Formats: sequence, structure tokens, C-alpha cells
Amino acid sequence: MKDSLTLAGKEINNRLFIGTGKFPSKEILKKVLAQAQSEVVTVALRRIDLESKEDNILDFIPKNCQILTNTSGARTAKEAIRIARLAKACGCGDWIKLEVISDNKYLLPDNLETIEATKVLASEGFKIFAYMSPDLSVAKKLIQVKATAIMPLGSPIGSKRGVKTKELVKILIKEIDAPIIVDAGIGYPSEAAECMELGCSAVLVNTAIATAKDPVEMAVSFDLAVKAGRLACRNVNQETSEFAKASSPLTGFLRDE
Amino acid sequence: MALKIKINGKSQVLEKAMTLFDLIKAKGLNQNRIAIEYNQNIIDKDSLSGILIKENDSIEIVNFIGGGR
Amino acid sequence: MNENLSFYSLYSKYKNLDFSTYFKKVNDDEIINSFNKRSLNPDNLLALLSVKAENYIETMAQKAKDLSLQHFGRAILLYTPLYLSNYCINECLYCGFNSKVKFKRKKLSLEEVEKEATFIAKTGLQHILILTGESEQITPLSYIKECIQLLKKYFTSISIEIFPLKTNEYKELVALGVDGLTIYQEVYDEKIYSQVHLKGPKKDYAHRLDTAQRAGDAKMRTINIGALLGLGDWRKEAFFMLLHAKYLQDLYPEIEISVSLPRLRPQVKNFKAISKVSDKNIVQIITAARIFLPRLGITLSTRENSSLRDNLLPLGITKISAGSTTAVGGHINSKEKDVQFEIADQRDVATIRRMLLAKGYQPVLKDWVGV
Repeated sequence: MKDSLTLAGKEINNRLFIGTGKFPSKEILKKVLAQAQSEVVTVALRRIDLESKEDNILDFIPKNCQILTNTSGARTAKEAIRIARLAKACGCGDWIKLEVISDNKYLLPDNLETIEATKVLASEGFKIFAYMSPDLSVAKKLIQVKATAIMPLGSPIGSKRGVKTKELVKILIKEIDAPIIVDAGIGYPSEAAECMELGCSAVLVNTAIATAKDPVEMAVSFDLAVKAGRLACRNVNQETSEFAKASSPLTGFLRDE
Repeated sequence: MALKIKINGKSQVLEKAMTLFDLIKAKGLNQNRIAIEYNQNIIDKDSLSGILIKENDSIEIVNFIGGGR
Repeated sequence: MNENLSFYSLYSKYKNLDFSTYFKKVNDDEIINSFNKRSLNPDNLLALLSVKAENYIETMAQKAKDLSLQHFGRAILLYTPLYLSNYCINECLYCGFNSKVKFKRKKLSLEEVEKEATFIAKTGLQHILILTGESEQITPLSYIKECIQLLKKYFTSISIEIFPLKTNEYKELVALGVDGLTIYQEVYDEKIYSQVHLKGPKKDYAHRLDTAQRAGDAKMRTINIGALLGLGDWRKEAFFMLLHAKYLQDLYPEIEISVSLPRLRPQVKNFKAISKVSDKNIVQIITAARIFLPRLGITLSTRENSSLRDNLLPLGITKISAGSTTAVGGHINSKEKDVQFEIADQRDVATIRRMLLAKGYQPVLKDWVGV
């Protein structure tokens, strides 16, 4: 059964997006991406260290993967815009996970700067995946300024505390006519499954896989969980009615006419 | 004649005049994997050989690393 | 208007849908799923309005009652209409004020408006709906404004059901203290619309369709739309009306959106309803509306008889009219015979209040104060 997700005109068949930071080695990352059959992976942009020769991360990511560049490190809209433009100049497409963080304590995103940056970048043709603190009016504004997808956080970055923002994410899923992709905070496959059951289009996981005892096995586990949650979401309403309760009929007054 | 310039925020001295293209080659970088900002402007990689580095120029060279959340 | 958005584009998506074929294909699972879902899409609404869903009418009623209690509690707002004038330049086949109908037209003077207001205020009602036909010459906006200024002394809430205005005109009325707009599309089916609206500005379907949105842009607090049931296939009409309501709710989260489900009443000789709408059909529309849009206001007028009105209350009604007359000056002079349509529930405000209290509902005469 095919159940693909279309993002910026591209068909995506794997709804587990993987972040490539914090892995013990690039070789392990390569195995993870192969085993989990990832199709969308995030990378970050940094100044080259001219002194030490490093392997390039792109050599460890399968060619068919869509690169989603994270603007991590940006504290303002202006910085995020600069990073996005540089990322595009690197030649790996124009999909940007827009992340603007001015708060170093909780690493919570700055929603207002994110809207500003989305406005500019989307008008230049970038496909913007906006990382945000879940908030309905902000999400609506992001869509107005042509974000491709909304990425609400589940809990603070790297905290592995699960989807604490569940009620707010549910509202976004219900009200926003664009893909909702939970990003940050997912610590366990069960939480990824829960997001998918609620109706998220995809989830992005990094820390929970990268810091697992065996990242490859953990990635497979997440892949299965995301698939299970997605299947459940498509079928969750097939249950029978809970409303067949006996009480005085409300329509007894109707007679055949 | 030596030129004082900045690369990725660090001062460097170039012993002779060169283009951006020469610099990338001298540093052993694969130009398909990087992006270059020359005095705050992103440079189209086709025009690297036409840009002659001057005194006090500021050059940023970036590439991808692992990252995500 | 808001970035050239219009409900018309959403309407166009569905207008060529073959409804009868679609309804035949709806199966039981789709109906059951529709009332169990957390959030319903237009397909679910179609399932709830299908012929087959009539088999589930009691289940739908139970669900609608639960949702109504959850979202509105046991409070019912009371209002009454106040007709200012029956002069009209439109030729609408179903309406008693049709410009072709010969009778002595009447427009209230400010003194008469005040008399009506005094009479209504004595009943305790604080919400009124003022109505006119469409005649910019005889009832220009300046006249409406004078009436509003006068009525503000007597009532906390004034809604209008008058000819469509422009956004800036609505802004002016909002500034004067108008807080509600009632505007019926009458019939969403464009073809039938042009068949029953022969002449006058009302002939412009698209302009009327966007009226609610112009008022929304002017920050009207409540907007009540409606379809005159009987003019077109009611299942289709109810679908478009509720889709329109959802469109407005989504566009203006801050505005309270309501619908009315008026059935065509005898008022004009030789005009027959195109489709018959039974009591059961009305129940299906109300329950489908409540399940599709749990926080939607639903207004029930005195067009319906008292026993049906009482029975419909728990299914999701939020607002009812009381002590109504559809004649100009009819509150003071109950013998006025030139009515827009005949009313069926003749009970006065005190009787309606007693009925509500007896049924465990709180009659609300005033639900807010402007500051």
C-alpha cells in the first residue's frame, strides 16, 4: 500500500526524517540511513576548518536522500537568511529547516524571527520547514508567508522528554492545511508512533537515534514505529459507535410524514 | 607583495596575488561541496577565477556537517 | 476583502458534484466514522446529510445533544425582530415584500421606532434584530443609522438584517454599536438563485455571497448566515451553508458564526417550494451541523411551530426568537397584516421564558454589555 507524502512537489515515502548530528561516527550514520531507508535527512552548515582535514558528511548520505539544511546557530532572522543562502550555494537544493534560536538556556525557537525569515526566504523560492514553538496563530502566519511545512517542537531540543506539547500539536494538525512534522524532544519510538497516530505527516529524530546503544537498531525501531503510527492514523476511526446508549429518545417526536 | 586577508574570521597572509579559484585549489577544497562568501556576498562558483583577492578582503568558506535535532 | 479570498472558490469546487449519486454511494461505515471523528471534513458532512444517515437520526441526536451541552451548556439566547420598513426594489419570488406585490408599503418614523422599542424593552429582551427591505432611496443608510442610535438607548445588542453593504459601511455601523449581521444567501444553487431573484441588486449572487465576509472584515462580532430551505435540494443547500459557516469560522476565529434553517413559509400566492423539507429533515440538518461544527451557533425562528421548536432545542439550538412579528410596526399593532412571512409560534416572551425554565434551560435576555 502506497502512502506517500508530497513535500514541495517531491514524493516522500519514508516519514521518519533523521538528523545527522551527534553520531559516534560517520560510518555508523551511513549504516543508520541505509537500514532505516531514510529519504529526508538534516545537515548543518559550518565554517570549514582549514587546519584539519575532515571527511565530508555528504559522502555518507545516500545520493537519493533529500538534504534539509538546518539553520542551527542562527539567532536572528538575518542570520538564518544568510545561512540558508549559503546552504543553497553549496549546491544541495533549497530545502531549509528554519531554526532561529536566541535562547541558549532552553533552546526554544524565536517564533517572530522565524516568521520574518520565512517571509524573505520563501519569496526567494526556498522550501521552508519552520521549526517553532507550537502556536496556532504563528503557524497560520507561517503558512500565509508560504512555509512548506510546520515543525512544532515536542519538547526542548535534545531533551528526549517526549511530546509534551501534544494538545497544541493536535490543534495545529486540525487547523493547519500543511504538513505538520514534530521535531525535537522525541525520545522513544512509542512517542514517534503517537505523533503519527495523531496525524503528523512525519517526525524528525536525531538525538534518540544518535545516542542509542546501537543507533542502527534504534533507527530500525523508529522506522517501524513511524510506520505503525501512520497506519493507525489512517484507520483509527474505524471503531464502532460509543453513542449507542440508552436514554430517552430525542427524536421520538418525529412521525412518518 | 604579501596580502593580509581574513578567512573564516582568522587573519591570514597570502604570499602572492591570487584569485578565489586559486585559493580554493591551494587549500585543497572540493568546490562542489562548499559555499563561499566574499566580502559578505555569496559568490557564484563559476566566477571564482575572475575574482582577484585584495588586501583586507574577508572570505568565508562553509560546508555541511552533521546536524539535526 | 481579505486577499481576494472568496467562499465562491470553495463553492465552485463542489458545485458540479452530482449530489444524488454521491449520497447513494455513502455506506454505513462512513456515516458511523463521521460522528466518531474528532474533526470532520466536507466528505464526513456529506455522509451525515445523506439519505442513509436518516437511519442513524437518534444516534446523531444524542451526539449533537452531548456536543451542545459541552460547548454551550444550557443557555438559550432570546431575541426579537423589529421590522423598520417593507419597501423593496427586489423581485424575489418567495418573499412577501417582493416589489411586484401590491400592498400599501410602510416605513417607521423615528417616533414609531421608539414606540416599538419601548414595547419590546418592556418584555425584558435586550437583543434585537432590525430588518428592512432593500431600498436605498426610502431607507438609506442614514435612516438606518438614526434608528440604530435611537435603539442603542433601549437595547444592549443590535443586529441587522438589511440590504448588503460595503466593508466601510459595515465599519461605520459597528462603530455605532451594531454587533451582529444576519444575511441569508437564500439559495446556494446559483441556477435556482437566478430563477427566483428576478430583478434588483439582489440578483448579484456573488456580491451577496461575499457579504458575510465584508462584515467580517469590518469586525462584526456575530454573523448569521442561512439558506431558505425549500428553494433548492435541501441536502445540497445544507451542505453549502455549513461549508460556508466553516469557511467563515476558519477565516475569522474571533467572530461568532451562526446559521439559520428557515423553511419556506406560505407568504406568496402561487409560489411553491421546490423541495419539501420535513421535520425529520430539519433534525438531520441541525444534528449534522452540530457534529460538523461543534461551536456553531444555530438560530431557530418562530417560523416553526411551538411543539417542534421545543423538541429541537436540545439538539443544538443556541438562539431563538420570541414574541415575533414580521410586519412593520407589528409589535404595537398586532393586527398588521402585511407580513413578510407567517409565523407559527405565537407565544410571547414571558411564555417562552417559562417554557425554557421548565425544560431546564436558562433564557438569556442579555449576554453582553458593550463598553
